[in-house]
Order: sequence, then C-alpha cells, then structure tokens
Amino acid sequence: MVCIGIKDETISFLIGGEAGQGIMRSGSLLGRALMRGGLHIFGVNDYPSLIRGGHNFYILRASEREVYSQGDGVDLLIALNDESIELHINDLYPGGGVIYDEEGKLDPRELRGDVKTYPTPLTGIVKEIGGPRVVRNTAALGVALSLIGFNPETMRGVIRDTFKGREGIIEMNIKALDRGYEYAERNFEGLGCRVETSKSRDERIMVTGNEAIALGAIGAGCRFYAAYPMTPATPILHYLAAHDEEAGMVVVQPESEIAAINMVIGAAYAGVRAMTATSGGGFCLMTEALGLAAMTETPIVVVINQRPGPSTGMATYTSQGDLLFTIHASQGEFPRVVVAPGDVDECFYLTMEAFNLAERFQIPVIILADKYLAESHRSTRPFDPSRVGIDRGELLTEWSGDEEYRRYRLTESGISPRIIPGIEGATMLANTNEHDEYGFATTNPEMVKAMMDKRFRKLKALRREIERLNPVRVYGSEEAEATIVGWGSTKGPALEALRMLEGEGIKARFIQVVYLEPFPAERVEELLSGDEPKLLVEMNKTGQLGSLIKLHTGVTLEHRLLRYDGRPVNPGQICNAIRGVMR
Amino acid sequence: MTTMEELSTPARITWCPGCGNYAILTAVKRAIVELGLRREEVVAVTGIGCHGRMTNYIRVNGIHVLHGRVLPVATGIKLANQRLTVLGFAGDGDAYSIGMGHLSHTARRNVDVKYIVHDNLVYALTTGQTSPTSEPGFRTRSTPRGAYEQPINPLLQALASGASFVARGFAGDVRHLTMLLKEAIRHRGFALIDVLQPCIVWNRVNTYEWYRERVYKLEEEGHDPHSLEEAYRRAVEWGERIPIGILYREERPLYHEHFPPLRRGSLAFQPLKTPDLTPLLEELS
Ligand SMILES: Cc1ncc(C[n+]2csc(CCOP(=O)(O)OP(=O)(O)O)c2C)c(N)n1
Ligand code: SF4
Ligand SMILES: [Mg+2]
Repeated sequence: MVCIGIKDETISFLIGGEAGQGIMRSGSLLGRALMRGGLHIFGVNDYPSLIRGGHNFYILRASEREVYSQGDGVDLLIALNDESIELHINDLYPGGGVIYDEEGKLDPRELRGDVKTYPTPLTGIVKEIGGPRVVRNTAALGVALSLIGFNPETMRGVIRDTFKGREGIIEMNIKALDRGYEYAERNFEGLGCRVETSKSRDERIMVTGNEAIALGAIGAGCRFYAAYPMTPATPILHYLAAHDEEAGMVVVQPESEIAAINMVIGAAYAGVRAMTATSGGGFCLMTEALGLAAMTETPIVVVINQRPGPSTGMATYTSQGDLLFTIHASQGEFPRVVVAPGDVDECFYLTMEAFNLAERFQIPVIILADKYLAESHRSTRPFDPSRVGIDRGELLTEWSGDEEYRRYRLTESGISPRIIPGIEGATMLANTNEHDEYGFATTNPEMVKAMMDKRFRKLKALRREIERLNPVRVYGSEEAEATIVGWGSTKGPALEALRMLEGEGIKARFIQVVYLEPFPAERVEELLSGDEPKLLVEMNKTGQLGSLIKLHTGVTLEHRLLRYDGRPVNPGQICNAIRGVMR
Repeated sequence: MTTMEELSTPARITWCPGCGNYAILTAVKRAIVELGLRREEVVAVTGIGCHGRMTNYIRVNGIHVLHGRVLPVATGIKLANQRLTVLGFAGDGDAYSIGMGHLSHTARRNVDVKYIVHDNLVYALTTGQTSPTSEPGFRTRSTPRGAYEQPINPLLQALASGASFVARGFAGDVRHLTMLLKEAIRHRGFALIDVLQPCIVWNRVNTYEWYRERVYKLEEEGHDPHSLEEAYRRAVEWGERIPIGILYREERPLYHEHFPPLRRGSLAFQPLKTPDLTPLLEELS
C-alpha cells in the first residue's frame, strides 16, 4: 500500500457543492472505497441547516497510518459549482489540483496560479449517459481516482453495495464513474499523489460517531429508544429505526423531548435498558425528568450531541458549550455520570459502559458528544461488544415473598436491589417525592437525610469503577515539553497535532479527560503537576473544562485555544498555539 | 384472588375527609378485585397534585412521576412490558394543562393504558388556582375576579384525538365508577375516564350536591357508544344536564402491536445477552 500526499503521508479531498447535490454521499463513497483499498480514513462534513441550496462540503482524508482528523489543507478539490472554487481554492496545498465542471463560469486559474486544474465535461458526461444531475459527482470521483492512480474497481464495488437493490442507480453511477475515469486517463496527467490498493489489510469499518453510539446501544442490549428529531442526534434515530428488528429494540418518535425521556424512564422502570438522544435544546426540556430518573433511581442513558447555542444557535455546526450545564442540569443534588467520547471507538465502547454504569448504580448516565464527532466518519476495527459485556447490577428476577419488598432499602453500598415489575410476590413503588424504604412519600427529617445519604453513598463504588475505566487518557511523550488538555472530539485534532509537533522535534502529550462527572480529580491533578507549558483546547467561549479543573484541583490553565465559531479546531491551530506557549 | 385488604398500604391517607379522591381509590381497588387482576401485574402511574398520592395508597406496582408526565411514563412501561395493566392517574391541571400535549398523542397512538383524571376543576394541592376545566366566573386565588378563559372540554379533546374509549365518571357514585373502570381496563386500547371529583376545600361551587342535581347516566338513556357523532353530541352537554358513562368506544389496533420486537414477548422478560453485531458491522465495511 502506498499513499503519498503533497504535504505528508496523508491525502485530503474536499468535495464542495450545493446542498442537495449529494456531497455527503460522494464523500462517503470515496471514503469507503479508499478504506477498502486498505487505507485509514477520516471524513467530516460542513453544511447549513437547509434542504436545498446553501454551500456544503465534505473533507476526506486518508492515509496508510491512522487518521484522526482533517488536516490543514487539501490535495484535491472537487468543485461541483463555482462557489466551491471560490470558497476553497485557498484550502489547496501548493501543487494541489482542482476538478471542476467545464461548464462553470469560473476559471480557477484566474484565482491561483500554483495549482493544477482539471476541467472536465461533468455535465456533458451526465447528458451523454442520460443520468440525473447528481451523478456528476460520481463522474468527478472517477476523475479523482484516475488522478491519484487508484483502481476504480474497488469503487464499483462500493457503489454496488451502497445502492444495493436499485439496479438503475448502480448502473448509472458506474457508467458515470467510468466515463470520468476514462476522460481523466486520456486528458490529464496525474496529480503527483499516489494511492494504490493493497491486498493484505485488516478488517475495517467506516462509521460515524452517531452510528457507533447506536451500535453501542445495540451491543449493550438497549431495548427501548425514544427520541425527538434534533440535529445532530437525529441520525441515531434513523439508524436504530432502520435496524429495530435486528436489534430487538422498540424505537419511538414521541411528541417532544419531554415525552422521550419520560418514556425512557417508564421503560427503564419496567426493567429494560433504555436510551434517548438529543442536542442541547432538547436536553433543556429533559432536565426535569433527569431529576426524576435520579430520584426514582431509574437507570437511563441520555446522549447529548452538542451544537452551538444559545438557543437554536447553529443546528449543523459543532460546539462543546454544554459541559457545565450537563454536569449541573436539574434541580437538587444527585449522583450522575457524564462521559465524553473522543472518537468513534470511544462512542461505541463508552456507550456500552454507560448502560452498565446506569444499571449497576441506578443513576442517569449522560454521553456528551458533539456534531463534529457524531457526524464525522472514521475507519476503525470492527467493534467487539464482548470487550465490555453486560452487567445489570442488582436486578432481581424473583422474590421469595417472605418479606415485603423495599425498593429503596437502606444498604451499605447505597444500591437497593431493583425488581422487574410483574414478578410474583412483590410490587415496586418508585417515587418522585422523597420517600422511605418502601417508596412511600415522606418528609420525616431523618428519613430524608438517610435517603439523600443513601443515594450519595453510591459515589464511593462509582468513583472506584470509573478509575478502573481509565477516565483520563494520555497520549504522546512521557517526558513532554508541552501538554495539550482537552475533552471530547478535540481528541482527533490534538492527536494529529502531536504528530506534527513530533515531526518538528517537539515532544508533546495530550491529556484527554473522558469521564467528567464524577470528576477524576486526583488523576488530573497528578497529570498536571509538571511545570511544562500547558494548553487548554476547547470548542467553547469560556473554557469549561478549565473551570472544572480549577474547581476540582485548583490548577489554572492560563493558555487557552478556544474555538467557538461552530467549526472544529484544526491540528495546525493547536500546533501554532503550542509553539506560542513554548516561547 | 386479590382482596381489598391486600391492596391496602400502611401509608396514612392525607386527603381531606370527604374528598372525592377516596371514592376513586375505592373504585380502582374494587375494579382490580372484581376483574381478578393480580396486584403484581398492575402498575399505577401518578402525576403531581392531590390525586398523585394514589400510588401511596394502593399496593400495586407504582411510579409517582412529574407534574403532567403520567402518559409518556405509562407508555414506556406498556412498551417495555405489554402484559402489565397500566393505570395512569392525573389531575385536571396535570392532564389538561401542563400535560395536555401528551393526551392527544397517547390517544391517537392508542397506547393500551387507562387514564383516570381526577377532575376537580381546580388546582387543589397548590392551594386553589384556576384550572383549564374551571367554569367561567369561578373565583380562585389566581382569578379573584373569576375565571375568564374558555374551559377545555376534555372529552371533546380526547374524541378529536382519536381516543378509542372515552368516559366520564362521578366520584359520588362508586358503583358506577367501578363499572367504568372495569370496562376501561377490559377495553383493548387507550381509555380516558374523566372523573368529576368534588374538592371540598378549593371548589365550593361544583360540590357533590351540584353534581347530583345534574348528572345522568348515558346507559339509561339508550346512548350508543359506538357512534362517534352521538359521542360528540353528548360530550358538549354541560350545565343543566351532565352525562356520565361511556361516551365512545371502538376497536383499533394497539400501539404496541406495531413493534416487531414485541412479538417475541415482553421486552422486560426477554433474556439480555451480548448480541452478535457481525451483520450490522458488515454493512459498514
Ligand atoms: C413543573 C411543575 N410545575 C408546577 C408544579 C406545582 N404544582 C403541583 S400540583 C399542581 C397543580 C395541581 O392541580 P391538579 O393537577 O388539578 O391536581 P389536584 O391537586 O387538583 O388534584 C401544580 C401546579 C409542579 N409540581 N411541577
Ligand atoms: S384539597 Fe381538595 S382535592 Fe385535595 S385532598 Fe382536600 S378535598 Fe381532596
Ligand atoms: Mg385539580
């Protein structure tokens, strides 16, 4: 396998066009083909919240080594309209190339002299084969494959699998692909990047964060999913609705987020693993019921895919602005878990862990992701659910009936065994009001205190369990000259930045706080005790992880790279910032 | 068989003596006993308000939830275990104000849960404010010059939303209410029973006497509950004559019958083991 880009051992494509032109589909076709050719891939989309019109683009980056995020530039621009040329011509590395439709009005040569241009009769090809306008994309992909020297047969297979059962579409796309490929073979010289397929390769899947979370839920035996559509969490609903039979899962679209979380609580009370997902606005509506789950000690899993706020903000862009809100949401005090996956593997495995934690400790568990992670593609090894397994904690499936069952029995661990309603000899009373051991409402001061203490006693074992789950992960050099601190999806760009810095001879490391509540304070404090310069990287305005670290450890992270324009942080930005703090 | 004693709990009842809630509690217990239901197979879901204490007073499975959220919780329970008999108890504020949206949606889905609304035409637990069913001119602490909003007609709302069973009961007639509850539980599908429930503290207008002078039984007047048109006609009656009984019933597919995984039995009792994800992962390769 060979993969050489213009700048490094990765190659990046940017496919740009209007919403409705099938940009994302093309991106994922290309990604899947390169993955099947033996490469690692990363793909990120950028689109406004519109169904038609508006500018869309998809960046696909591939390499023989693992790719964690987009890079700082692209090798090849596939511009399906003039606007894409205008907006992205400067994203090209010098010597990069641009594929565009001959019929466009804009000549990229007038904008930039140091790039190669590949005017192609995309519209002409489509007319010739009598296809719809969207297959221009596939013709352009054919050109791209030729320019990088990639065998089109792999792509034909991807097209066949993607459109399985729709023979007309398959035929049309393969024709367009071949015409584009042939045209380029005849008329263009290669780009100077080479990508060749290799036969020996590991098994890989190409998956988004959303798909990984959905698969994690299936892997964990989640049997009930209710969610109100809200970008960027909706794809989880789509995925699960399409796979409900295989998953054995009831998938419901209720009337609101309030209904969604209350249904989830009902299902969990009745003894099944249940989950909902939303974004910040929907989670606002769920906060009261989050407290209901806590008070009734009903295990639920809530996924929040953050997008920029306040209010409706920007539906299709990314943010990490809801961390402190999530940790504190709902009235009163109660134990909860907030966990932030940083890549697709963590999306899968941490979702599986989330169900175990929720049931073992009978608490709400929140998975805090964001648009950038949820909707970006990455290739990885197929997930293995047996690595986490299923642990339902103290769930009784029978009751002797010798004594009256007490839902909130005061135990040393704070965990009171649950039953599945319907079993012989016992009934279970859960209560939103403060209650006694049987679940009856009470205002008795001793009992009130005892119940609060009982719920908080769970923290002891919970903290121990979270320690075991490696709540703070460290990447890069042991003896680092500089440290990057972050959480969630900044992991990808941070790991890329480590590589770039290493190339410059700078030893750096990245500290990823994975479990944010209960906060792994000791571990974080220990890791931050060195005196190398440290850089906090977050996608919010106020540095919320920084506030948490300060609160729990007293450490102030003075150097901050905060991006809050809805776009992910680029690795190059992190490198620049690190160079800055090392000066 | 289940007995009335078995259904009692040690919790001290804190409703005012004479409150209509006692009659509803008795009727529910009687319906369970007379239908021969095991207490373990019944779940009561209660909202917030005086009615909400029901879960403390009846020894079946119970979950006391948030203000207005009885129906989504009940729906989740029913989908997780369709073998359970799920009874929801709400107040008029609970059901027709903060939780109004859920009524329409649960009705149109025909979720097989029974919704018993303790309709006292007032917010009682919060010490006397107007409710969506308060009559025009009704003076409360939040409407000292009298209620000035058009009241909601819950029966019309339910009918318009496609409820497959709509009834009204009266807490002054336990036998009749018991009959309605039994019919609602026997009915396959969503059932709303709006129960006229005198609150002796915060509603001095719509008292037992006031109702007794007005209520009449639909079944005594040859009402055909299978006619939607007739049901609409009866639903708008209020004032001089107030109908109680079953306004409407029809057979429709049940919500939980739409979900393929439930054909294998209740989710709650399907064994949980780590699944083989291979086919799903292959789709992504
Ligand atoms: C979200 C929320 N808002 C307000 C309240 C306060 N509250 C408690 S009961 C109630 C209304 C009670 O009226 P109703 O539902 O008719 O019950 P009743 O007491 O009359 O039986 C309100 C507003 C609450 N518990 N939760
Ligand atoms: S205040 Fe009214 S509704 Fe509440 S218990 Fe007393 S009589 Fe019943
Ligand atoms: Mg009321």
